[in-house]
Amino acid sequence: MTNIIETQDLTYSYQPEEAEEQIPVLKGLNLAIKPGTFVAVLGHNGSGKSTLAKQFNGILLPTGGKVYVDGRDTADDRLLIEIRRRVGMVFQNPDNQMVSNIVEEDVAFAPENLGYPSEEIRIRVDEALRVVGMYEYRTHAPHLLSGGQKQRIAIAGVLAMAPQCVVFDEPTAMLDPKGRAAVMAIIEQMRQEGTTVVLITPHMDETGRADRLVVISEGVIVRDGTPQEIFRDVEGMRALGLDVPETTDLLYELNREGCNLNLGALTVEECAEELFRAFA
Amino acid sequence: MRGGAFPGICLISAAGADSEKRMGIPLEPIITTKNLTHIYSRGTPFEHTAIQGVDFEAYPGEYLCVIGHTGSGKSTFIQHLNGLLKPTEGTVLFEGQDIHGSKAFTHSIRFQVGLVFQYPEYQLFEETVRKDIAFGPRNMKLSPEEIERRVQLAAQWADLDEALLEKSPFDLSGGQKRRVAIAGVMAMQPKVLILDEPTAGLDPDSRAEVMANIERYRRTMNACIIMVSHSMEDAAENADRIFVFHDSRLELRGTPAEVFCHSRELQDMGLAIPKAAQIALRLRDMGMELPEGLYTNEQLKRALLQRKGGAGLA
Amino acid sequence: MGQYFPGDSVIHRMDPRTKILGLVIYIVALFTAKSYASYGLMLLVLALVIRLSTLRLKMLLKGMKPLLLVIIFTAFLNLFFTEGEHVVFQVWKLRLTIEGVRTAGFMLARLVMLIMGSFLMTYTTPPMALTDGMERLLNPLKKIKFPVHEFAMMMSIALRFIPTLVEETDKIMSAQKARGADFETGSLMQRGKALIPVLVPLFISAFRRADELAVAMESRCYHGGQGRTRMNVLVMQRRDKLGLLFCLLVLAATIALAVFGL
Repeated sequence: MTNIIETQDLTYSYQPEEAEEQIPVLKGLNLAIKPGTFVAVLGHNGSGKSTLAKQFNGILLPTGGKVYVDGRDTADDRLLIEIRRRVGMVFQNPDNQMVSNIVEEDVAFAPENLGYPSEEIRIRVDEALRVVGMYEYRTHAPHLLSGGQKQRIAIAGVLAMAPQCVVFDEPTAMLDPKGRAAVMAIIEQMRQEGTTVVLITPHMDETGRADRLVVISEGVIVRDGTPQEIFRDVEGMRALGLDVPETTDLLYELNREGCNLNLGALTVEECAEELFRAFA
Repeated sequence: MRGGAFPGICLISAAGADSEKRMGIPLEPIITTKNLTHIYSRGTPFEHTAIQGVDFEAYPGEYLCVIGHTGSGKSTFIQHLNGLLKPTEGTVLFEGQDIHGSKAFTHSIRFQVGLVFQYPEYQLFEETVRKDIAFGPRNMKLSPEEIERRVQLAAQWADLDEALLEKSPFDLSGGQKRRVAIAGVMAMQPKVLILDEPTAGLDPDSRAEVMANIERYRRTMNACIIMVSHSMEDAAENADRIFVFHDSRLELRGTPAEVFCHSRELQDMGLAIPKAAQIALRLRDMGMELPEGLYTNEQLKRALLQRKGGAGLA
Repeated sequence: MGQYFPGDSVIHRMDPRTKILGLVIYIVALFTAKSYASYGLMLLVLALVIRLSTLRLKMLLKGMKPLLLVIIFTAFLNLFFTEGEHVVFQVWKLRLTIEGVRTAGFMLARLVMLIMGSFLMTYTTPPMALTDGMERLLNPLKKIKFPVHEFAMMMSIALRFIPTLVEETDKIMSAQKARGADFETGSLMQRGKALIPVLVPLFISAFRRADELAVAMESRCYHGGQGRTRMNVLVMQRRDKLGLLFCLLVLAATIALAVFGL
């Protein structure tokens, strides 16, 4: 099967104004994402993870190497629309993604750009709004909704394109715990329905359910594996200046006291089960 | 506290928390609110009660956390403490005086009670960091020497070096901008420093730096810190006392240990309690006997090890 | 101005294009009107539309308040500076004539009816629908390379971001007040200067939003108006055709009245 996203020796650097030297952000990344997987990309601010996200749909183009989306070169600008309809993007600030002051018209924006007939747009918009649980709000004005609700509408706006893959670039950074939980639930649901999900995040907690975790530091991939494998290496992660989830930390500390617990229990539920087995 | 919502469990009285704080030294509260109520757009169809009947007191040197989900009233509450909003009912006292007693006093309160809003870096506007930090002291009509002295001090608290002071605030990294913005309020040297989600959107390193800056300010100035947060983890780690807002009321208050006796209720209010508290709740649901009020990994670890009589488990 | 009051009247349900065209025809008719009879007809039409729209007259009058000064000034000019034979009185250079009174009266009536007509349109049509209708009406101008789509897109994005920027202004003002900024006292000059700490962050934020919005729009396959379709297609109903026919008849009547000098 073709990889939905594939980068080959991807490098990217930019030239700040009034500066002579180029600043390298991505330094030779090779990453292949299979259709239907949930991949989390973890990294600090400034690690290059957001720059990487913008390479996935041709918003930024490589200064070296290649990025292919479903086999299409992002550097070929005749293919841009084909690429962008396959890979949707959800950004940090929901306010700055909305074009209309009526919810359903905003969700209709992408299918309208793609030139679908109006009956089909209507079907797609209603369906997308139902998926994110915002159908009852379809005639509301977005500025009167909460941050979490706005972000769900932004997600619906991307789903209305029926993309094969959705890239979430720190989608919960500006949300409260409720909004955060709602967005994570939608991601989980999308994964179950077979959409490829790439979640760029600085929060370790959000990576626990991913099939695969890619850790980026200073423009290169420093870890690539299942979240369980990666977080098991508590010392190694800390050496990289990254932390591990609280759950792993608890199990790790207990192991240092002589317990023999499985560090791969990342979610609260898994962790509690592991502890229950050992201590009940 | 209003016991109505949670009958029977782990009762904490306001008086109890106060007397604990006052142990030994008789302290006067620096800020008190009595029956504080705020109703937006009163008498219109949009009428909305944001907070009602809030009795609150804070003492010098205390580290307080105000917790609540969006719309719980916590943001409305803090804007009363420095006089930006005027109560619909009730009073706000600063060192025993009504802050709305006279116009001049209300204005001077802005400098005594510093308020750092959410994402404060979005209010930076000056050409240099130095000038931006000086904005508050300049509005206080201080002498140029005093302004410069305060800028220097604020820069020390916020860990900003001399070279950085000459830069444009717009050329800094996200974490630095945040610290500059907080320094701008610290430079007024308020006796009470209120911060609304000061670490929102920052990565772990910047988060730790901001928290360290705040703690440094508290210790040097013996200031009262009031931090507003969604994050129970931050609250658990730093706070002397926690205040929980829910549906426009002050529902819970007490030391972290006392408040986390109510982990389940907190979760039902839509608040994200610390992971350790979530795991403890889960274990208790599964039938394991654990003491109440566990909220850090360290506490949970001890409690678990104690069950098996120390180390040496299979 | 530009406010919208939701409702379900026949006027509310009309196609925005009908309302825009209707207003244009009404304005042309207003300027054709020369006699008491034709002004009476215009007033009658306005009253009928207000009635159909279920809007309260009070709301329309309230909206006129900010324009009161302009209206009075115009009436004043006409009152005293119209050439005429029948002088009522003259003070210095101000000369009141019968003709002046008549012209001023007509001018006043014309202005008031014009403004009320415009309000009727904006009060009964969501701003988005108006820009939409405008875009479609101006479509023929594309032939002469007028950027109709871009213009309409700009309008609707501006409408979308007005509430966001108003909210943001409030936030920044509160934050600067917390640092002791004073927006309420001082001379005009001082107050203007006091706004710098609000305007600079506001502009910076607006630019940042614009950048992010552009990236988000491109990510959603926006590539200009070419090949773009719409979910809600505007369709002229029977009521729209009848409405337009009615407007044209009114225009014809005013022209006839003017021609026959009635």
